[in-house]
Amino acid sequence: MPILSLSDVSKSFGALQVARAISFDLEKGEALGIIGPNGAGKSTLFNLITGNLQVDAGRIHFEGRDITRVPAEKRCLMGFGRSFQIPQPFEKLTVFENLVVAGAFGSNLPENQVTGLCAEILVECGLIDRANDPAGSLTLLQRKRLELARSLATSPKVLLLDEIAGGLTEAECHALVETIRAIHARGVSIIWIEHVLHALNSVVSRLLVLDFGKVIGLGEPGEIMASREVREIYLGIEI
Amino acid sequence: MTTTSQKWTVETRTAASTVFAVIAAVAVIAAFAAPLFVSRSMLQDLFFILTMLMLAQNWNLLAGYAGLVSVGQQAFVGAGAYAMFAVVILGGLDPVLALPVAGIFAAALAIPTAFFVFRLDGAYFAIGTWVIAEVFGLLFAQWKALGGGTGTSLPRDATRDMFGVPFVKELFDTKSSAAADIVTYWLALVLALATVGFIYWLLRSKQGIGLASVRDNLQAARSVGVNASRLKLVVYVATAFGTGLLGALIYIQTARISPDAAFSVTDWTAYVIFIVVIGGIGTLEGPFVGVLVFFILQNLFADYGSWYLLILGLIGIVVMLFAPRGLWGLFTDKTGIQLFPIRRRLAGGPLVAHSREDTHG
Repeated sequence: MPILSLSDVSKSFGALQVARAISFDLEKGEALGIIGPNGAGKSTLFNLITGNLQVDAGRIHFEGRDITRVPAEKRCLMGFGRSFQIPQPFEKLTVFENLVVAGAFGSNLPENQVTGLCAEILVECGLIDRANDPAGSLTLLQRKRLELARSLATSPKVLLLDEIAGGLTEAECHALVETIRAIHARGVSIIWIEHVLHALNSVVSRLLVLDFGKVIGLGEPGEIMASREVREIYLGIEI
Repeated sequence: MTTTSQKWTVETRTAASTVFAVIAAVAVIAAFAAPLFVSRSMLQDLFFILTMLMLAQNWNLLAGYAGLVSVGQQAFVGAGAYAMFAVVILGGLDPVLALPVAGIFAAALAIPTAFFVFRLDGAYFAIGTWVIAEVFGLLFAQWKALGGGTGTSLPRDATRDMFGVPFVKELFDTKSSAAADIVTYWLALVLALATVGFIYWLLRSKQGIGLASVRDNLQAARSVGVNASRLKLVVYVATAFGTGLLGALIYIQTARISPDAAFSVTDWTAYVIFIVVIGGIGTLEGPFVGVLVFFILQNLFADYGSWYLLILGLIGIVVMLFAPRGLWGLFTDKTGIQLFPIRRRLAGGPLVAHSREDTHG
């Protein structure tokens, strides 16, 4: 049984169709990459999966349960963790407090039981130096790391990462890939939207290509990258 | 609060807060002893300050922490006050015992009210709460047994024989009316401590940090599992309870009620917003500062009629322009001092030794 299953999920904003009958399965422990040009509906798809947006049509199943109408906070408790493409930190809270909220509410635990977990994640994500600083004072790159750290603090079964590798140096990108591989190795299923393809392809085993809200390709990275359609879309973008 | 999990600890206390706790304890003892050495009119002023402080703390929790900018809290002041009059006049209950009844009545009213106003956001929410407060005012004005539109007074013996009054009368060797003032003052003091204590406890709890996350970013808060709408509803109902109870207490002291006064948007919401904004919204310290400023201004300018309101408005605008986080915000930005610290600081653990170890392989 797949851990996550979408069938014919559609969404429109007025006349603009941002998701057109999207269907795919994510196997337990799988890492799936999503690529596609800007405006293809990648982040919208995440919002539909996490419940930040409601679908117009179609069903979403998680561990065999229909979660199509389950609100975002309940989906988090069931095991969804996500990072936002544009970082959404709790700016007046400290970096550590950002994780405490996620740990305590996302796993439904008393606050004092998540201290260790949150601290370890901060170490893993390289934010421990900034633990007691307000999240509003972080640089963009640190905010992106905070997105990852905060989503991990909810102890997710499925982790949705939205463009967290953009703008990193080669060394930083390598470190990030190592971190994500480590998370994956613990058994967390991952869906990762990314433009930095070499980073993406060193983690995921399948790629899904989205264009104008439609799935135009799904398969092994090598196979997908070789297809004419994808090459056309990505012409001029690094491959 | 110090929690240990392996080598990591969380601290909230600061040096300033420890010093402040000692000073506050002394101030509270002095406040309890105040009836011994202050005049009756001074005691009434203190009662006024305490009640405005509590209204401000409630509104600050609602608007500053839960993001629910209501301009209709007079609905709960009035409802609480009328509930108290009803059970005292029609039910013969002791006014002091009527206080919790008033609070529960206001909280019960808040649930259907929330059903309507929670569909609205931002400015629409504000207007919606105001409209509902007006509706409550009109409804209570129809209650003929409590004087309809002109209102009514508490029977004299209701406050004279009120819980604690005969005892205080004996103790201070004074008239019933003065003894009633002392009792209501002490009640206000106990309630103020309970209100501030409850809000401080809430903000330091798990629910408090959840509330802060909702205030900072609703979408992200929901994504990490915070049930924002339930938290907001709980805060709305809890502040309705506090505000309703307070309305009853204020009108025990006033002993005379009318719909126009009990549901006054100026007295119970506009002044309260002024206090919170001047003092510093979203801080526990702000309302303390704000209520003192407000009291001083009122004493200086209250005789100037509508000029007084104009001056209040002008000061409000100046503060919003030059100190948008209020006087306390200005102070705490400069000094970093927090009297009621809620920040959780991570300490201990290998805070320095964090070279990347190969934890997987």
